[in-house]
Amino acid sequence: MSLLRVIKKITLIDFIKGFAVTLKAFFRKKVTIQYPEVKTPLSPRFRGKLALMKYDNGEERCIACKLCSAVCPAQAITIESEERDDGSRRATKFEIDAFKCIYCGFCEESCPVDSIVETNIFEYHMTANHQRIQTKEMLLATGDKYRQQTIDDKAKDSEYK
Amino acid sequence: MEEIISSVFDFLTPQAIGVIISMIKIVIVLIGLILTVVFLVYFERKVLAYMHSRIGPNRVGPFGLLQSIADTLKLLLKEIIIPAKSDKFLFLLAPILLLVPALAAWAVVPLNPHFIIADIDAGLLYLLALTSFGVYGVILAGWASNSKYAFLGSMRAAAQMVAYEIAMGFALVGVLMAGGSLKLGVIVEAQSGGIFNWFWIPLFPLFIVYFISGIAETNRHPFDLSEGEAEIVAGFHVEYSGMGFAIFFLAEYINMALISILTSIMFLGGWESIFSGFTLFESTYLDFLTQPSIFWLLLKTLFFLFVFVWLRASFPRYRYDQLMTLGWKVLIPITIIWIGVECVMFVLEIGPWSLS
Repeated sequence: MSLLRVIKKITLIDFIKGFAVTLKAFFRKKVTIQYPEVKTPLSPRFRGKLALMKYDNGEERCIACKLCSAVCPAQAITIESEERDDGSRRATKFEIDAFKCIYCGFCEESCPVDSIVETNIFEYHMTANHQRIQTKEMLLATGDKYRQQTIDDKAKDSEYK
Repeated sequence: MEEIISSVFDFLTPQAIGVIISMIKIVIVLIGLILTVVFLVYFERKVLAYMHSRIGPNRVGPFGLLQSIADTLKLLLKEIIIPAKSDKFLFLLAPILLLVPALAAWAVVPLNPHFIIADIDAGLLYLLALTSFGVYGVILAGWASNSKYAFLGSMRAAAQMVAYEIAMGFALVGVLMAGGSLKLGVIVEAQSGGIFNWFWIPLFPLFIVYFISGIAETNRHPFDLSEGEAEIVAGFHVEYSGMGFAIFFLAEYINMALISILTSIMFLGGWESIFSGFTLFESTYLDFLTQPSIFWLLLKTLFFLFVFVWLRASFPRYRYDQLMTLGWKVLIPITIIWIGVECVMFVLEIGPWSLS
């Protein structure tokens, strides 16, 4: 051991340096965000709970083309379709298994009529196993509830697409 | 206080009154210690959090002050699991063997010139004996658990305590020479007369060595190899749950407080004021700052407790061979050399003490 190293060890220089680092941190501004009261800002591109959107006149957008169901990597979407009385094709069954969904956003990308979208809602839960199935009515209700928020977010993100 | 008690119980013999007074003192110290531990757990979590740029517990009670009470309640309600092939008697005895010496050591610690439970002549020796007695609890806990991890932890603890006990003992020899007595009260009196009369200046290496070996004795970071959660889960207390675990926790924090208060008493002048000897405050209303009081002792103790937590936030754990190198090849030689230096200082009459 060289003399320099002995002196360095005896005077505990490294320890004093280490103490200085943590003492500086002690007086630094704290970064904790106290979650339920304070929330972090969300990006307009945030991918949350799935929803089905409607046209301005209240007509549902989905035409049951099954592109979302085909592209879904987790195979979470089940669609059955029939011809409606006015001759247009609509989904009779549109179900998403929330446990399978991985929130990748491929369904939204693939939709030709901008029907299926991802809202920025991430604070939701289920209390029983059967609730994981989101029916068409539930998805449309979600779309109605967060309609304006979702439209604003998509508009903000559109210039980057 | 003692006059009041003797007048109330004047029908009893003086011995019986002495016992009653001691009992009252013991209850005061015990309650104080338990409250200290409750505060310390909160203090440690809060300081650690601040050093991590977090804010720490703040949900239970104002500023999270009741957090450790909630934790204790949780531990009280948990089941105590005794491993099937363990030695049940020793398994239950081990936490008590760790806690009792930690509490008993406080009997000779003076909190001010008058408040001491047992003012025995061999106070320092008694402390040395009891602080090393705690290792039996650790070894028995590891052995009685009948678990590889617990056993490894207790083996490490045993080797570590033996190594650091020696350095600690030598550091205390230096204090003994300087203070001229084994009584802690007399050691504090020998340091009276201002901050430059305290032993931390003439005995500076011993002060550092004592505190480092104190940290090693209490198995705290960065010497907590016997717990080493990365390699041996939780070490000697891995099989304990509920209150068994809580007692280990209690003993650890009481030992921390003990080492801190002893370092303050032996090297930083105990209840002497840091302003004593300053003429600046004389005959002003700030004069009380220069008077010795228990407040100064608690302040110094709190500083060392802060250093305990500070160290935990700052440094990684020692490797086992580094630990042994530090104990045997660094701390013990330093203490021996400094005791020699002290002898020379004695003969040449340099320093705050005199031969008389």
